[in-house]
Amino acid sequence: MTYLKFDTETCISCPDTSCLTECQHISIERDVAHNEILKIARGENSFVLHECVTCYACEEYCPYGNHPFYLIVERQEALGITPQPSPLVKRAINIGIPFRGEPEIKEINGPVINLGAFSQLKYLIEGKLFEGLTIISDDERKMFHYFCQLMYLHYGKISVIKERLLKIIDTIARHRPTEVICFHDECFGAYTSFCNAYGITVPFQPVHLFEYLYTRLNELKDLIKPLGLKVTYQRPCSSRLSPDKHRYVKKIFDLIGAEYVKREYSEQNVLCCALTIQGQKKEGSRRLTLEIQKKNIEDMKRAGAEVCVFNCPACFDTLGWKVKEIGIKPVFMSDLCRVAIGESPVDWKESDG
Amino acid sequence: MDSIYQKLVDIVGEEHVSNRPEELFIYSFDLGTAEPKSPDYVAAPKTVEEIQKIVRLANEHTVPVVPLGGGLSLAGLAVPIKGGIILDLKRMDTIIEVNERARYAVVECGVSQGQLTSYLEQHYPHLTHSEPGAPPAATIAGNIMIHGQGDLAHPYGFSSDMVNGLEIILPSGDMCRIGSCAVGAGWFTLHPLPDAGIFLGWYGTTGIITKLSLKLFPSKKIRGTGTFVVEDERLVPEIIYKITHTQLCEDIIAYSSAIPPFASELHHINVNIAADSEKELEFKQEIIWDDALGEYIRKGTGGYNGFVRGLQRPQISKTSDYKKGGGFEYVGAIMPVETYPHCYRKGREISEKHSIPYTITGRVISAAHAMMFAWTYAFNRADPETIRQAREALHETDDLVMELGGVIWKPGLYGQKLIIERLDPMTRSLMKKIKELLDPRGIINPGNWEIF
Amino acid sequence: MALNNFPYKDTIHRCFRCGYCKFPVNWMDVNNCPPYARFRMESYSCGGRLWLTRAWLNDQLEWSEHFAEILYSCTTCKNCEIKCPLRFNVDIVNMVVAARNIMVEGGRIPKPVKSFLQNIEIYGNPYGLGRSHRGTWAEENGVERYKDQEYLLYAGCAGSYDERAKKALKALSRLFKQAGLSFGILGNEENCDGNEVKSLGEKGLFDMLAETNINLFKKHKIKNIITFSPHAYNTFKNYYPEYGGDFSVFHYAHILQMLIVEGKIKFIETHKIKVTFHDPCFLGRWNNEYEIPRKIINAVPGMELMEMKKNREGSLCCGGGAGNFSIDLLGGKGSPARRRIREACEVGAHVLITTCPKCLIMLNNAVKEEDLEGHIAVRDLSEIVLDACKR
Repeated sequence: MTYLKFDTETCISCPDTSCLTECQHISIERDVAHNEILKIARGENSFVLHECVTCYACEEYCPYGNHPFYLIVERQEALGITPQPSPLVKRAINIGIPFRGEPEIKEINGPVINLGAFSQLKYLIEGKLFEGLTIISDDERKMFHYFCQLMYLHYGKISVIKERLLKIIDTIARHRPTEVICFHDECFGAYTSFCNAYGITVPFQPVHLFEYLYTRLNELKDLIKPLGLKVTYQRPCSSRLSPDKHRYVKKIFDLIGAEYVKREYSEQNVLCCALTIQGQKKEGSRRLTLEIQKKNIEDMKRAGAEVCVFNCPACFDTLGWKVKEIGIKPVFMSDLCRVAIGESPVDWKESDG
Repeated sequence: MDSIYQKLVDIVGEEHVSNRPEELFIYSFDLGTAEPKSPDYVAAPKTVEEIQKIVRLANEHTVPVVPLGGGLSLAGLAVPIKGGIILDLKRMDTIIEVNERARYAVVECGVSQGQLTSYLEQHYPHLTHSEPGAPPAATIAGNIMIHGQGDLAHPYGFSSDMVNGLEIILPSGDMCRIGSCAVGAGWFTLHPLPDAGIFLGWYGTTGIITKLSLKLFPSKKIRGTGTFVVEDERLVPEIIYKITHTQLCEDIIAYSSAIPPFASELHHINVNIAADSEKELEFKQEIIWDDALGEYIRKGTGGYNGFVRGLQRPQISKTSDYKKGGGFEYVGAIMPVETYPHCYRKGREISEKHSIPYTITGRVISAAHAMMFAWTYAFNRADPETIRQAREALHETDDLVMELGGVIWKPGLYGQKLIIERLDPMTRSLMKKIKELLDPRGIINPGNWEIF
Repeated sequence: MALNNFPYKDTIHRCFRCGYCKFPVNWMDVNNCPPYARFRMESYSCGGRLWLTRAWLNDQLEWSEHFAEILYSCTTCKNCEIKCPLRFNVDIVNMVVAARNIMVEGGRIPKPVKSFLQNIEIYGNPYGLGRSHRGTWAEENGVERYKDQEYLLYAGCAGSYDERAKKALKALSRLFKQAGLSFGILGNEENCDGNEVKSLGEKGLFDMLAETNINLFKKHKIKNIITFSPHAYNTFKNYYPEYGGDFSVFHYAHILQMLIVEGKIKFIETHKIKVTFHDPCFLGRWNNEYEIPRKIINAVPGMELMEMKKNREGSLCCGGGAGNFSIDLLGGKGSPARRRIREACEVGAHVLITTCPKCLIMLNNAVKEEDLEGHIAVRDLSEIVLDACKR
């Protein structure tokens, strides 16, 4: 059995309860917040458990790494509170069931890039940036054998993660990777933040994609031609699980000559893509999603962004076409880096500009 | 028989007739589980006159004639049960006219669904037709002949409700027209002339369609599909009732299937929504999801799973490769919407009994006056045992439909028997009289709708 | 039962005969499978062919001349592979070729196919013309024999022997000479590349041709090959490596584009013409090259390029593949070539441009058959480019 490493004493003596007072979706003052987090710690019901939109941000807001969001999800599940209607929960649980045979395990004994449940993005792993890496989870039929499961944090189903994650880790480990570069940073969050929080041993070295790209770009520095583009970055919910890696965003932009535009919603108070809010039970969720997305995109436009850089494929699917409609070019970070070293990724060529 | 071959050659030309084993083999088969039966000849006419000559020839020699469109009925409706001449009508593939203002298209009998979809998208993008889920090689005429339904079944009804006029070759070889075209007006309306429509649903046994006029409908700039998901099948009929009450959407299809897992033991209700502006789209979405269905979301018994823009038209189906077997067939039935839960549960039982992963679909027709409920059974064409299992499952399902108070849609021989047995005796007698009047020799697609 | 030994025995039954394979990418008609467009009988459609083949292999259908013609009427254009929605689509042409292998081994193939193959075996070309005449097209142009130049220009059988194709090949060689390209030809040492032989199912002959050609190329220390025909391009690039043939292979369009970009081909004449481009199957669907010929056309002054409705992956095959440019199983009023010419006229073009000698032959003949001489002309891209930079 895996248990969450959560320390109630830390919350008791916390002066700010930033996890809740900083929350963008719940308006809450410090004293009330302090009460509520302790209720949650004790396993009692709290309005916070019902109001939470599962944006993951409080994982970052807590300065002590005390995992308030994982705690919230644990309690939601224990009390039978799920943000989503139960048919959507069941659907999500079933979607992660692999049903098209076992994966082919080749022992690599070298660095790999893990596509997780996004094998369809195999075509993005091209060019000098990825030389020497073997792709694992490159077969759409088998990709749920590599699915990190963290998606179920949005569904109040931490038990599903705990049930399945060990087998996933084992599948990856059987490839005998030295380093595992996680294409999706939720995978990275799973094998670092989540596994640390639950005392799960990870027998390989997870590497954040952006840290990898930054290192590799430095190796290929001579090839870089400054882009001269105004860019913004769609920071995904999962990035909150690895806030120490977020600094690589600006480092990469500086290295490739992209101007990181100043926005109202940025860094710690970015707006998530809101995909998982739209189906939530709370009345008005669908409209709230549209409002959040509208605010987000208008902010990008006001800041003068020409390009919106994405980290997460789900954000890309949700917002990519919307940013394109208002004249901002959507692109994955890895593709932007490829353009900076003079390559021509397929998606960059096909869109305008 | 040779003289018939020679006469066919004289009518359509040598290249368009065959009595060779290869053509006879291919044209024996329906793509489903129906037993193949070989024709004696295959002829592919190009004109109405050619068809008339062939039908007269057939009458003279009492040789069966079986009209064939796309051959995708999946019920054996163009299998030459008593041999004879298969008429492959697909060479008659001209789109004759599109009347934009009156919103109709006049097409020859061999025009395929895909061809019309493509033509309208290119030349009349603000007009669309009700495109069925069959592969795009299916013909418009074949689909209306079997009372098919397409992606405008809600709100506009059966495809056969969308007919403004027909040109028919009667079993005598005479040609006649039904609708306003018969009085020399354009092809814009079927009514108000006295009903002379005794052709649709008869599988050609009362006459071969050579031309038809099809209603077209507005096609808006944004078309997409929103999905609502429930676990309890008993909620599906009331949800459909509520959605159709809004009068704000197009195609509504509920489905559930064992594979892939996300669809298993859940009911996805796909709702097509069309709009000419973001304002219109958001208005419709608000009424449908937030107002009409909001209570299910709040209670947690139903979930909104997003709206995806863009309809795949023509639709692409991979059902036949589910078992990597190249085959499937389904029982389609016109059912009261309220029978959905029962149809689903019974359908699962039958599928599981025959070791077939269950697949069920229900498409709403007009204002939820009925639904087309389909139970699909996949089989492996290379494995006769799976074909037998599928056939048994299909027959059991045919029985089930009649028990549940529905009507089998496009029944094959087995289903036709079930219906004829239950038919009101006067109706049966009327049908018999119609057939005897129009086709005294019983030459057009014999074996079907045989009433004794 | 031959089915048990058929390499695709677990796949061939998976065709549902849904008919997607008859359509082009834009769904506008059911005339994009060349044999089905020609005969409009289900037996000639892709699905019909697969069902009949399986029945034959499974002893449900006896061999006949008619069945053999049905099997050989497929031009291997790959329209079906692009349209078929099911996973085995990548093997459709392979299945047809594998069935042809079996038919060839059984010694019962249509007579014109037999002649085609025998001519190649004996004379190194399907026309049955003497080997010694193979290089004569080059004589008046002063094209050199290959001897350590940078590129081998591989002429191919059509380019070497067919009158119409020869004209285009001569135009190409003049362009290369004008641009100062270092190239040579093999002349009468050249042998058939074998692309059609492979698709006709004569594996033994293909093996022999590949090995012989590769040895010849190696003997001459050839590293870079420019092909006149996309068929040769396809076979050298995709099949010869398996036989040890490791060369850099280009279609001539790649080289023309390079020369234009480098400024070695200069346009001095402007001819204002409405043109359209026919995508050859072996450059387009087989090798994914749709844009370079269009770039070249757009670079030529005066060209107004109008696209046919069926273009790129949706292009209608001229019907010349799998040896049909000579075997001609699809000739007649409804032939794909004649349909294609009508499509070109519909779009208002006065010249139909292509980059394949077989397409050139088929479509040029079709203009005559359709009685459209004077309304539309068929020209090779090299002729168009040469006209614009003639000195």
